[in-house]
Amino acid sequence: MNINATGLDFIDLNEALRQSRGSCNITNCLGQRFLAAGISDKTVTVSGIPGNALGAYLNGAKIEVMGNAQDAVGDTMNDGTIVIHGNVGDAVGYAMRGGHIYVQGNAGYRAGIHMKAYKDVQGNAGYRAGIHMKAYKEKQPAIVIGGKAGSFLGEYQAGGTIIVLGLVDNDKPIVSNFTSTGMHGGKMFLRSDCKGIKFPSQVHTHFADKKELEEIGHYLRHFCTYFGYDMKELLDSPFTVVMPDSKNPYRQMYVAN
Amino acid sequence: MIDQYIYPEFEVVRNQSRCISCRVCERQCANEVHRYDTDLGVMLSDESKCVNCQRCVSLCPTHALKIVKSDCRLRENANWSDQTIKEIYKQANSGGVLLSSMGNPKPLPVYWDKILINASQVTNPPIDPLREPMETKVFLGKKPDKILRRANGELITQLPPQIELSMPVMFSAMSYGSISYNAHASLARAATELGICYNTGEGGLHEDFYCYGENTIVQVASGRFGVHKNYLEVAAAVEIKMGQGAKPGIGGHLPGAKIVGDVSRTRMIPEGTDAISPAPHHDIYSIEDLRQLVYSLKEATDYKKPVIVKVAAVHNIAAIASGIARSGADIIAIDGFRGGTGAAPTRIRDNVGIPIELALASVDQRLRDEGIRNNVSLVVGGSVRSAADVVKAVALGADAVYVATAALLALGCHLCRTCHSGKCNWGIATQRPDLVKRLNPDIGSQRLVNLMNAWRHEIKELMGGMGINSIESLRGNRLMLRGVGLTAKELEILGISHAGE
Repeated sequence: MNINATGLDFIDLNEALRQSRGSCNITNCLGQRFLAAGISDKTVTVSGIPGNALGAYLNGAKIEVMGNAQDAVGDTMNDGTIVIHGNVGDAVGYAMRGGHIYVQGNAGYRAGIHMKAYKDVQGNAGYRAGIHMKAYKEKQPAIVIGGKAGSFLGEYQAGGTIIVLGLVDNDKPIVSNFTSTGMHGGKMFLRSDCKGIKFPSQVHTHFADKKELEEIGHYLRHFCTYFGYDMKELLDSPFTVVMPDSKNPYRQMYVAN
Repeated sequence: MIDQYIYPEFEVVRNQSRCISCRVCERQCANEVHRYDTDLGVMLSDESKCVNCQRCVSLCPTHALKIVKSDCRLRENANWSDQTIKEIYKQANSGGVLLSSMGNPKPLPVYWDKILINASQVTNPPIDPLREPMETKVFLGKKPDKILRRANGELITQLPPQIELSMPVMFSAMSYGSISYNAHASLARAATELGICYNTGEGGLHEDFYCYGENTIVQVASGRFGVHKNYLEVAAAVEIKMGQGAKPGIGGHLPGAKIVGDVSRTRMIPEGTDAISPAPHHDIYSIEDLRQLVYSLKEATDYKKPVIVKVAAVHNIAAIASGIARSGADIIAIDGFRGGTGAAPTRIRDNVGIPIELALASVDQRLRDEGIRNNVSLVVGGSVRSAADVVKAVALGADAVYVATAALLALGCHLCRTCHSGKCNWGIATQRPDLVKRLNPDIGSQRLVNLMNAWRHEIKELMGGMGINSIESLRGNRLMLRGVGLTAKELEILGISHAGE
C-alpha cells in the first residue's frame, strides 16, 4: 500500500499507517513526527525525511528510511528493525530495550543513551545515541552506526551493543566527547584504535579479539546487506571494545542517615 | 583512626517481669536487635541496630517492650543540634552522601494547618450528607472551553480522554522495587474497589497486575524501565515523571541489590544491575521537547489515554505549569517538598523545593489568569494527610490529590524512615520474601479501602457543612478558606483572606 504524505499532518499520517495492512510505502514524507510509533506488525518504507521520534516504542515492525532521519529515532524501542539510509540526529535509540537500528551515516548527540539491550544502527548518529540502552534476557538491542557518532554516545548504557564503524572520511574522531558517561552495562564496539579519545574512569577498553568480533558478526553482515558494504573491508581495521567496570557504579557513594 | 562512636538513638526498654522469652521480637526484627542468651536465659538487645519501627513493640504478646528516645545527649547547643553533629560524624566516618527516606521531617511550615474551612450558618444552610445526595466524583483531563455544535445543531459530545475517580484522591507513584509485591497488590486492589487509581511509579507493571489496568496510572521516567506498548495500553493514564517532591532535581536510583527476581523482570533489566533514572530526561530541554514526549505517548496509545506530567514544586512553579499546560499534557501533577520517598539524599529532601499549598495556589491562579485552566487538570501531592487536607487542596484549586505516605501508614508503615535499608519489618519497603509475606494483601487492601471510605465520608461532611453538594463546586472556591497566623504575603499567594475577615 502507498501513502502519499503530502499535506498530511502527523496525526493523519499515523492514522493512515495504522489503517494499512502489510507492507506500506510512505512517499513525500516531510518532517511528520512519531511515524510508526508503537506499531508491531508492518514493514514500512519511507521516502523523504521523517520527523522526530520515528518508531518510538516500536514493538516489532520494520522501518526503512531511504534518506536521513531526525532526532529520537527508536525512542524506547522494544523490538523490530529500523534501517536508515543516511544520517540520524540526536538521541537515536534512547532507552532502547530490544530490536536493531542500522544507520548508514552519522549519528548526532546521545546515541544509544539509557540503552538497556540494543542491536544495530548503520550510518552516523547524533548526540546521545544509545542513551539508557538496556538489555534484558532475549531482548538484546543493538545500534550499528556506519559513520561517526556525536557526544554522549551510550550515556547510561545498561545493556546491548553499540557499534560505530567510522566509514566516513572526515577529520572528526569516531566518537565525540563524553562517550560512555555513566555506562554500567552492555558493550560498545568502535572501529578505530581510539587514540586520543578520552573515556570516563568507570569503563575500560581493549581491542576486540576474534571471539568478540564473531559476537557482532551478524550485525555487521546485516549492515553490509542493507548498505552494500564488504565484510572484509569492515574487518580491515581494529575494533576498540568499551565495557563498564561495574553494574553498580554508585554503590559506595551513600551513608545511611 | 577508628570510626567516631555514635551513641544509639533509641533505647529498647524490656520489662523483665513481663518478658516470657518467647523470642517473637528476635524473629520479627530484620535489623537483628534482639537475641536470646541461652546461658543467662534472658532476651538481650543491641540498640545500635534499632530504627524504632515498632514491629517488636506491636507484636510482643505480653507488651513487655517499648522503644524510647535515648537521653544520652551531647552538650546542649541551640546552633549545633545532636542531629547535625551526628551527621558530621557519619560523613567523617564514611565519606558518603547522607541518605534518608520518607518525607521531610524538619519543622517547616505546614500551611494546611494554618488554613481553616468555612461552614454555613443561618443562611445558605448546611447539607446533611447522610440524608441528601453528595457528589464526590471527579474527571481528570482536558475540558472543552466552549460548547460545540454540528451544522444541524447537535451537540458535539466527544471529550478528550478522562480519568474517572469516585473521589478526588489517588495513590501516588511508588515503584515495584522500592515497595514490595504485596504492597503493590494492596494498592491495586484497593484502587479498583474504590474506583480510584494507583500509580506504578517508574519500575514497570508486574504482569500479575495488568488486570487492574483501568485503575492504574503507569509512569514513564528518564530510564524508561518496563515501558513498552502493552504497558502503555493497559493503563488508565500515562504519567511522565519529570520530578519528585522529596528530591527535586535528583533522579531515581534503585541499587542493584534490590533488582532481583520479579523486580528485574518487571523493570526489564538484568538482575543486579543498578536501575538508574537520572533527573534530566536527556531528550527534554524545553517545553517543545516535552510536547514531543507527550505526543509520542499519545500516538503510541491512539489518543485514548490522558497524559500526566509530574513535576516537583519548585521556584517559578507557576511558569513551569503554564508551559506544561501548553505542551499538550492533559493533567499536571505537582509534588510538594514534604513528599515521601524510598530514598533521597538528606540534604536534598530537607532543603529543596517548596510547600505544595503555595505551589498549588500560585499555579491555579496563573492558569486562570492566562485563560488555560481548562486545558489541564491539577493533581497535587506532597503530604496530604487527611480528608481536611483534601478539602483544602480542592478549595485552593486542585482537581484531585495524590497520597502515598498516608496509604503506607494504612498498610502498617510506622514512619521509621529507613526504607533505604531494604529491611522493612512491615513488609512494605523490602524485597526480602520473609518480610514481604508479613503484609497480607487481603488485609492491606481492606485497610486502604477503609481509610479512603472514611475520608470520603469526612469530605462529604465538610462539604455539607459549607452547603456544597458537589466537589466540582468546591474546586478553586477559596472563599471557603481563611488563614490563621499567616503574613499578608502568604495570604496573597494562597489567595485567601485572614480569619475574621
